[in-house]
Amino acid sequence: MLGPVDYLLWFLTALLELSVVVCALGRHSFRRYLALNIYMLGSLVVTILRYWIFSRYGFASTEYLYFYYYSEALLTVGLYFALITLYSFVLSELQPGQSIRLAAIVLLAGTAFFSYLVIQQSTDRMLTRFVVELSQNLYFVGLVLTYLLWGAILKLRETRTQLIQLVLSLGVYFSAFAATYALRNLYPGLHLVSGHLPQLIALSLPLAWAYAIWRVPEEERLAPSRLVVVPR
Amino acid sequence: MMAGIIFACSIVLLLQFFVSYCRSLIAVSSKQVLSPEVKDVTGIQRTASGDDFKRVMQLLQLCPERPEDRNGVQAIGAYFSLLGFLRATVARMAPSMRAWAESERGHCAYFAAVALERRISFSRDMLARQMDS
Repeated sequence: MLGPVDYLLWFLTALLELSVVVCALGRHSFRRYLALNIYMLGSLVVTILRYWIFSRYGFASTEYLYFYYYSEALLTVGLYFALITLYSFVLSELQPGQSIRLAAIVLLAGTAFFSYLVIQQSTDRMLTRFVVELSQNLYFVGLVLTYLLWGAILKLRETRTQLIQLVLSLGVYFSAFAATYALRNLYPGLHLVSGHLPQLIALSLPLAWAYAIWRVPEEERLAPSRLVVVPR
Repeated sequence: MMAGIIFACSIVLLLQFFVSYCRSLIAVSSKQVLSPEVKDVTGIQRTASGDDFKRVMQLLQLCPERPEDRNGVQAIGAYFSLLGFLRATVARMAPSMRAWAESERGHCAYFAAVALERRISFSRDMLARQMDS
């Protein structure tokens, strides 16, 4: 049974996902961050569809459970593509168009193959356990990719504040979700990781992206070496 | 086993990303100069100290909230708590860490003062618009 806080968080998630797109349109950044905006629109559609399925079949129904986890897996793969475009921004001076396209294809194929292996091994397992493990692995792959991008930002001395904040907030999002799912995998009965925490983490990404697009001017610059705890 | 490794790596990277994200928010605000009025109200003249943070946050809560600032203020609030925890634990054994944590706490206070400045001007704009209408 869902309480008022759940409904509020659900509504807030949809509102914030929409606000990223509105902020991007307001700052004329929609085309620049096209993949990010498409991802946010996709998330918004999924949030609405989840609500529709929930109101039709109920929160504990198999339909809702299937839709929730598989839409989440698809959205995570969608977020990889948004991440790829951030790579292309950071590596733009190296003119790696071909390499990035190749990397995107390899990444997608790798993710599909990895997911296939997980599914093949999980035929004898419970659905909930399998989806938790799949989500944990997908988020962890996203985290590793974001960390590599952060390394490239530091190495290439990328100074665009807006871009840096988009990448760092994505890192926070991926790592928080990977940790939550890993904890859920370790302790399936732990209420903390299946309560409001995932919803709050889900809120953080659109909130941080909307903030970065709306508040940080495109021309704002900072030295990325100032952001690491251990000076480089 | 695998879940344990993923959990440990994720927590370490989460901390790293979170600290860098907060420092990027602070870096943007540190370029802004405080108005004499906010300097008087907060008592921050040139550099802020960690002890100013709570007072500035209390002042911040008296002003009407700006939705676009909420994310930053909450993130810096959490970062300040993390620094407080570090100061009270690990930094007791490492003086350099203590100095670093203290300087970071000061930056957090300056960030809060900049947010206060924005909220005051936001409130003024709102009031002016109400008077006009």
